[in-house]
Amino acid sequence: MPVMTMNAPAPGLVRLSDEQILLRDAVRVLADERVAPRAAAIDRDAVWPEDMRRLLGEHDVFAIPFSEQHGGLGADLLTLCLAIEQLSRHCATTGLILAVQALGAIPIQVAGTPEQQDRWLPRLASGEKLIAFGMTEADAGSDPSGIRTKAVLDGDEYVIDGTKRFISQGSVASYVVVFAVTNPGADKPSRRLSAILVETDRPGFAVTRLEHKMGIRGSPTAELAFDGVRVPVANRLGEEGQGFAIAMQTFERSRPGIAAQAVGIAQGALEVAASYATQRRQFGKPIGELQMVQAMLADMDAATEAARHLLYTACEEIEAGTPDAARWASIAKLVAGDTAMRVTTDAVQVLGGYGYIDEYPVERMMRDAKITQLYEGTQQIQRLIVARSLLARSG
Amino acid sequence: MRILVLTKPVPDPAAGAERLGPDLRLDRASSPTVVNGNDEYALEAALRLVEAHGGEVVILAMAPANAVETMRKALAMGAHRGILITDPALAGADLPTTIRVLAAAIAAAPEPFDLILAGFDTSDGNGGAVAAGIAVRLGLPLCSAAALIEPDLAAGSVRVRRLSAKGYDVVEAPMPTVLSCTQALGEPRYPSLKGIMAARSREIAVRSLADLPEGLAPADRGWATKVLSAAPPEARAVGRTVTAGPADAAREIADFLADRRLI
Repeated sequence: MPVMTMNAPAPGLVRLSDEQILLRDAVRVLADERVAPRAAAIDRDAVWPEDMRRLLGEHDVFAIPFSEQHGGLGADLLTLCLAIEQLSRHCATTGLILAVQALGAIPIQVAGTPEQQDRWLPRLASGEKLIAFGMTEADAGSDPSGIRTKAVLDGDEYVIDGTKRFISQGSVASYVVVFAVTNPGADKPSRRLSAILVETDRPGFAVTRLEHKMGIRGSPTAELAFDGVRVPVANRLGEEGQGFAIAMQTFERSRPGIAAQAVGIAQGALEVAASYATQRRQFGKPIGELQMVQAMLADMDAATEAARHLLYTACEEIEAGTPDAARWASIAKLVAGDTAMRVTTDAVQVLGGYGYIDEYPVERMMRDAKITQLYEGTQQIQRLIVARSLLARSG
Repeated sequence: MRILVLTKPVPDPAAGAERLGPDLRLDRASSPTVVNGNDEYALEAALRLVEAHGGEVVILAMAPANAVETMRKALAMGAHRGILITDPALAGADLPTTIRVLAAAIAAAPEPFDLILAGFDTSDGNGGAVAAGIAVRLGLPLCSAAALIEPDLAAGSVRVRRLSAKGYDVVEAPMPTVLSCTQALGEPRYPSLKGIMAARSREIAVRSLADLPEGLAPADRGWATKVLSAAPPEARAVGRTVTAGPADAAREIADFLADRRLI
């Protein structure tokens, strides 16, 4: 008997609501008209695009994943992913600005008290403040049990010491959700961590390094040093020792955002390749009339559409509260990331030599695609999560 | 201030899917529609005036019933409500009929408007006469080719800088007045996502000819004008390519332009 029929009923077909289509199309117009013309320069200059951040703020794009009570649009996870996808079609860095803002806010949304939410979320929804997610360290990537940053209670404050690395937008954020060891003697490694929101203007906080990256070059990836940073206990999200659980809950809702970025990158590359195939003439005709090129384009289109619909289904399942949320998030990110890598690589192939130079955007898209196989859990970690879920059901 | 803006749904120029019907008039079902580009400039000007002085922006269109969706895009930019005049008897209406119907709809509004704004012309019909026609019909002043609109609410007047062949004229008229609006007024805004969400619940009142005074459309559904033929413009002649070296080429191009009194 197939495993899937036991307790994971096939989800229904996803059809976008009128509201989702309206919002997607509005972001698409912004992406086509305002983001696309900036994408090449953002990559070339590798400078944080403050104009794109303002654009997302002015047009309420940041507001998408926040509740109306906090000044947001109260839209669902799928709508957020539609927006990230549209932005990433042209510029993976700009898509990431939205994805990281949503990522950083999730710990507040899932574990914050109403007071904490009122205090921080409205200014994140408006885009006035940016937030980063501070989990990774030099020696703790896929394995968070290696985290060494510690937060020691001193009266009604935590004193934080340590270094975080590979923190997206860490140098431009006003807040960082820091995962730090508060309970070194906990009975399980997963109970050692707490999530603490740190305002980056506190003494002892410093940006000590920015990485030079292969892709998403406009998005600053920062090393953050915490040298005796004092933060009120009221900044802790959830209880002491819940940090790891909060991070895992966060990934269930943030990995689809990375999958959306990947689908957007793939779609963008596919559009460039298809358009090029109708223009570029060799052997006396457009290369799109050559069957070997047609086959590549067809495979790229089919793969992108498959990844997209898997992502949309995952969003609907997660939003509906499936107990299998981690698996859905991981398979969406796994398939979308690998699809983006393959489709962008093939897009470069369709463009031939022109694909390899920066006159066309596909080489940038290929470089940008790679990160979607790496961050918010490598593809290997996604496979681990999917396999564990599958085997747990099958035992 | 109460401002009415005429927002005509026109075939999306980006789609390039327009077709003519058997009567040689535009088949309005053949193409996705957008708000006429120049009307968006008029709407932007209206929104800025209301943001500065308070009040309400109402949009008005005479169009097929499915125009509601296009009008919602104008509401998403910030207009407060809409009025759509739609009636099968108006399919293919010519300019005089369009003017009569729109003027009747404006006259039928329970509260008068201070300003009635229209785009300078439309990208489908290119008539450019609707604003003037409405002004005549309603006995109101017309300020055409507006490039700057400065109302004086205390005096009940509006001062308009209008584009002229040589530059600008500044004209003043008592309100209410009708304005045709140019792109010199300033770039229309993109709808914000909150605007899009809010637009979903804003009212678009749908009216038919029966809701307006009688006698607006000819009973036989014919129009005063008839399209006899329609043809695309002739293809342009091939341009001249200048292949000389930089200095000679510059001289040749300058001579070419000077011969035609372009420089």
